[in-house]
Amino acid sequence: MFQWSKDHLLLLWLRLAASVCAAILLLVAGFVLLEAFEALRDIGPVRFAADASWHPASEADQGLYNLVPMLSATLFATLGAVLLAGPLGIASALFCQFYAPAWVAQLQRRIIGLLSGIPSVVYGFWGLVVLVPLIRLQAPPGPSLLAGILILAIMIVPTVALIAESSLAAVPEAYLLGANALGISRVGIIFRVAIPAARSGLLTAVILGAGRAIGETMAILMVCGNVVAVPESVFAPVRTLTANIALEMAYAMGDHRSALFVTGVVLLVMVVGLVAVTASFATETTHAESTHG
Amino acid sequence: MARGMVQTSGVSPMTRQPRQRHARWLDGTVRAVVGLCVAAVVGVFCWIVGDLLLVGVPELSWGFLVEAPIDSGRSGGIAPILVSTLAILAVCLGVSLPLGTSAALLLSELAATDVRLVRVVRRSLDVLAGVPSIVFGLFGNAFFCVALGLGFSILSGGLTLACMVLPILIRATEEGLRSVPSDYRHAAAALGITRTRTIWKVLLPAALPGLVVGLVLGIGRAVAETAALIFTSGYVARIPTSLLDSGRSLSLHIYDLSMNVAGGEPKAYASALVLLMLLLGLISMALSISDRWLSRRMVHT
Repeated sequence: MFQWSKDHLLLLWLRLAASVCAAILLLVAGFVLLEAFEALRDIGPVRFAADASWHPASEADQGLYNLVPMLSATLFATLGAVLLAGPLGIASALFCQFYAPAWVAQLQRRIIGLLSGIPSVVYGFWGLVVLVPLIRLQAPPGPSLLAGILILAIMIVPTVALIAESSLAAVPEAYLLGANALGISRVGIIFRVAIPAARSGLLTAVILGAGRAIGETMAILMVCGNVVAVPESVFAPVRTLTANIALEMAYAMGDHRSALFVTGVVLLVMVVGLVAVTASFATETTHAESTHG
Repeated sequence: MARGMVQTSGVSPMTRQPRQRHARWLDGTVRAVVGLCVAAVVGVFCWIVGDLLLVGVPELSWGFLVEAPIDSGRSGGIAPILVSTLAILAVCLGVSLPLGTSAALLLSELAATDVRLVRVVRRSLDVLAGVPSIVFGLFGNAFFCVALGLGFSILSGGLTLACMVLPILIRATEEGLRSVPSDYRHAAAALGITRTRTIWKVLLPAALPGLVVGLVLGIGRAVAETAALIFTSGYVARIPTSLLDSGRSLSLHIYDLSMNVAGGEPKAYASALVLLMLLLGLISMALSISDRWLSRRMVHT
């Protein structure tokens, strides 16, 4: 039916290429873990939480490696950004699906698409020259957790909006028409029918947005001030896990370099954990749909 | 389109129940809140683009694009940086395009026969898509720069970016391939054409818009990237003479000018504007290709 030898070669190549793509994940995780191993062995995982501070280069006490300030900065920034961007993104999705005429919805989608295309370094630059001076007027010094939260929120709105809209669009038309036939108001349809039906998709949207916020580096590096401290207020300068890697990788040696790879492992674990959570939603949805028939 | 919204008949104010009045009030409030949120998002977008245009445009000139940076970039242009950016991009696409297209072919065409491999590949690509770019930077530094001995070079940077854009490239290509009607495949099989020829002569041409969208999005992601390049392609702002030279990308140039060079702000504005225009152009291209293509498909079926 087909010329075996040539197609066999093709099949081999496709399998090889796909395997290489899959292996890249192993390679990335493997190399980051391998480099982190040295620090985990020499310093031990406990000291990353128990040391007095983060001074990896100090000679006197073989360096101090407390990651907690950076971890808390990452978590606060992500939480703040998600609290802002979640409602904004979902509102944008509701607008496109339920309120806007077709052409306005299309325009809004375009703007969301373009917003997602702005590179993080440009967001960071804008934050640095526009947002930070504005915050400085209110509460010096300016570069702060707040600036980071605002920039991150703007950056993850497109992620949330795009996924939220596709999950709202997947709600069966029959549900909405049925609700409408029952005389339920538009608000009722949105909050009692559409949002519950799209629940897992909306949650996925927010979680993937959080994943993006955790991993964001450049923008947050440029607006947060990069002081290693657990933030006492939103106006305090902070340094996130990602910014810590970007700042110190250039000159780090030995255990210090390895400690930065430990930071990378922490980031990797957080993000992979979030992806795994959303994957479990996805299977949940298919089960729900199959039982509904 | 506003879905599920058949216009409800107006109820005259005389007969309106308190409950309905409450519902009207609630409806109006929610509409206002949604409108405000959308206005905020659009407003921020216009603010960013407007600010960059207002300050950046006066800084732009032909000379800015063709001259070398002088005095750490405070004056002069960005020519060597554009060359490095293109070189990094070329390495990235040269590796990721063949690899990604082949993987997408496997995912879409052999999903029935290679069930386990397809599942593993898909899972790992999903996770890979979520890996933060700075972690790719760490990996690229450890693997390409140190383990493979490529040092800080355009090659290291481009290869790191290739790993990063693969998930995007594969997803778009696979979608393009899946939208090719199975009739095409059956017809090709019935004519006794080999699978290899079917792929080259039938599937890839038919899926071309999907390939282009994937390519454009991949280019967009690669050009926008900064964090993965800091410790892989390096900082050197000269025109690279080989792929083993260090080269500074445009995004990294913006970062360096705004954070490390006092008085570099005007040129940072101009560079940011160049990068933004490049990316917004690419993204709108991808969006309009996929829109036009999707509507055409809907008409056909």
